[in-house]
Amino acid sequence: MEAAAKARQIDVAGALRDAGVTGLIAFGLFLPLIGFETVTNIRDELILTTRWPLLLALLVVIAVGRFAYSVAVAPWLARRAERPRPTAATVWQRHVRQWLVPFAIGFVIVYPIGVIAIVGLGGALRWIDNFGIQILIYVMLGWGLNIVVGLAGLLDLGYVAFYAVGAYSYALLAKNFGLSFWILLPLAGILSSFWGILLGFPVLRLRGDYLAIVTLAFGEIIRLILINWVALTNGYAGVIGIPRPSFFGIPFTADHDGFAAVFGLQFSPVYRVIFLYYVILALALLTCFFTVRLRRLPIGRAWEALREDQIACRSLGINTTNTKLTAFAMGAMFAGFAGSFFAARQAFISPESFTFIESATVLSIVVLGGMGSQIGVAIAAVVMIGGTEILRQLNFLKEIFGQTFDPTQYRMLLFGLAMVLIMIWRPRGLISTRDPSVFLKEKKTIGTDLVAEGRG
Amino acid sequence: MEYFVQQLINGVTLGSIYGLIAIGYTMVFGIIGMVNFAHGDVFMASAFIALIAFLILTSWLGIGSIALALFIVLIVAMLFTSLINWAIERVAYRPLRGSFRLAPLISAIGMSIFLSNFVQVTQGPRNKSIPPMVQGEFVLSNRHGFPVTLSYKQLIIWGITAVLLLAFWYLVAKTRLGRAQRACEQDQKMAALVGVDVDRTISMTFVIAAALAAVAGTMYLMYYGVVNFADGFVPGVKAFTAAVLGGIGSLPGAVVGGILIGLIETLWSAYFSIDYKDVAAFSVLAITLIFLPQGLFGRPDVEKV
Repeated sequence: MEAAAKARQIDVAGALRDAGVTGLIAFGLFLPLIGFETVTNIRDELILTTRWPLLLALLVVIAVGRFAYSVAVAPWLARRAERPRPTAATVWQRHVRQWLVPFAIGFVIVYPIGVIAIVGLGGALRWIDNFGIQILIYVMLGWGLNIVVGLAGLLDLGYVAFYAVGAYSYALLAKNFGLSFWILLPLAGILSSFWGILLGFPVLRLRGDYLAIVTLAFGEIIRLILINWVALTNGYAGVIGIPRPSFFGIPFTADHDGFAAVFGLQFSPVYRVIFLYYVILALALLTCFFTVRLRRLPIGRAWEALREDQIACRSLGINTTNTKLTAFAMGAMFAGFAGSFFAARQAFISPESFTFIESATVLSIVVLGGMGSQIGVAIAAVVMIGGTEILRQLNFLKEIFGQTFDPTQYRMLLFGLAMVLIMIWRPRGLISTRDPSVFLKEKKTIGTDLVAEGRG
Repeated sequence: MEYFVQQLINGVTLGSIYGLIAIGYTMVFGIIGMVNFAHGDVFMASAFIALIAFLILTSWLGIGSIALALFIVLIVAMLFTSLINWAIERVAYRPLRGSFRLAPLISAIGMSIFLSNFVQVTQGPRNKSIPPMVQGEFVLSNRHGFPVTLSYKQLIIWGITAVLLLAFWYLVAKTRLGRAQRACEQDQKMAALVGVDVDRTISMTFVIAAALAAVAGTMYLMYYGVVNFADGFVPGVKAFTAAVLGGIGSLPGAVVGGILIGLIETLWSAYFSIDYKDVAAFSVLAITLIFLPQGLFGRPDVEKV
């Protein structure tokens, strides 16, 4: 008892020493890259400039932060850890859990209408396009990858390759053969899933980390082929003038047979965006519905069993190769759908849209959301993609840090940092509890920390 | 024939750089079983540190002797890069030890994105090029009007790589630290029981890995004379390929793998297509993992229940 009370006393001298040491280490870390800047002068020579005030400010912030942590935050955390944790979900939590999904679906359905009601037709374009469609694409990709990573436990770092296959399938077939969006959408999905099988077949014998790196290599190979096979893909320049989808045959143009004229509305580009919004919403919900249903089928059970223990699966007579391949093909198919939608929405695609960073983004959404949790993935996509989109809008920061300050520069920096921090804070992701797929008499929520990781 | 020999020389030089990075991958994988995804970006950051140190030495302090400057740059880059990698291990990987297996990998990917963007934000997105540090070459033969040359900088790279590999081999095979490392590789719990400080050993592994990456970064800067914030990713993957090809966990394997990858890449660009040289290197990775997952010098990995 006395020892506990002693431990709770705040050791100011120790905290100061810690702060000093941290500041010193930070000085070493940041001295070369923040203390100095390499700039090119007028004669095109590389020269150095110094940034001592910035370095000093950063070090002070770090040292003070460390001091505050040891004096205030750490004791608070320790006190909180001593308190007994509530084991059962509180009434409030149960209500949230019950109503979150219907509320979220209702919200996304009325979102465009609400936005138009608030900011009007002209201003709504940005909100629906940048936030709505952009986030929904990533939600869909996240749900697609969730099949591979979350359910089957196969770490795929080249997921963007299938997204690219879907996008280029739509772009090239629509441009060269004039096929419509609704024919090419399933076709792109099928082609992507073929690629999933093709690339999956040789590599599925590999263990987790190796599989991750090989899928990364395949993703890069596909991107390099897209860059270098100029005759087919037009290389870096990309494919331009991809036909846009029409509203059941009615194009979204300003002509007299366009959408606005047929429905007696004044022409505005926002109608196309609203239409696209509902298309991607439907596709994303389809992905989710599909996954949720598949989890209850033998194949979904086999995926989850495979994630938990591959050897046990084999001894129970599950064909692990086929099971993994179906997971790969399913995940790739949804990426293909999303890709063809992406091409139709942008009307322009280039290999630049399919870099490794995209794969890492989608993977981090899945992992941060809590692998296997559908709602968690959706929340993570909203936070990560919405958060980076908000950074674009933060122009007031220019008032504080000066006109040269560009918040979008820090987008990926914060993204990487968030990945590390969330992994340390909650390695199992944001939603780390999950309903069991199979239960005996009564459904109990189990923590995923009880579940072994995939060895796929 | 002359052309082939020239490509061989170029390939071995490039391969030495890959080999130095690959040792970092293979050591870290050997000791804690994770793919240190950020290692390529640590290499890139070290090239930037070397660049800054070089500029301070030549334009501010006015050191005329290139040999001395290069030596100091090498030491400075090794020190600061080691500190960075030490901090990365401490902050991003150590809290995740014993967590589920994908967590450190995700954290490493995050760290990789963070590092490359940190350099982009602090140093700008443009290519940083410096005038050549070392000029001049030996002409080895000059038949049929096609000279086969071995430039001084290639010779420096070979020399430094060879010296460092020897020193490194001594460290791992003969010293107390090396013994501790090998013990941790085999069984961390048992090593801890017999008095090996596992945390410290792992930290030292990251420090050594970073120091070798810093040597590679300095050599890269000296060889190409240009560096960019995005330069970490592709050499990183290629060095990983080298580590896998040599057999992950095996130190001579990493070097041999590095030189092989350097040769494959150079010869592929020379005889087939320069556009697809990265495709060739990445294909080697896929083919090795599929057909020879234990690599050239590695032990086969037995899956146990």
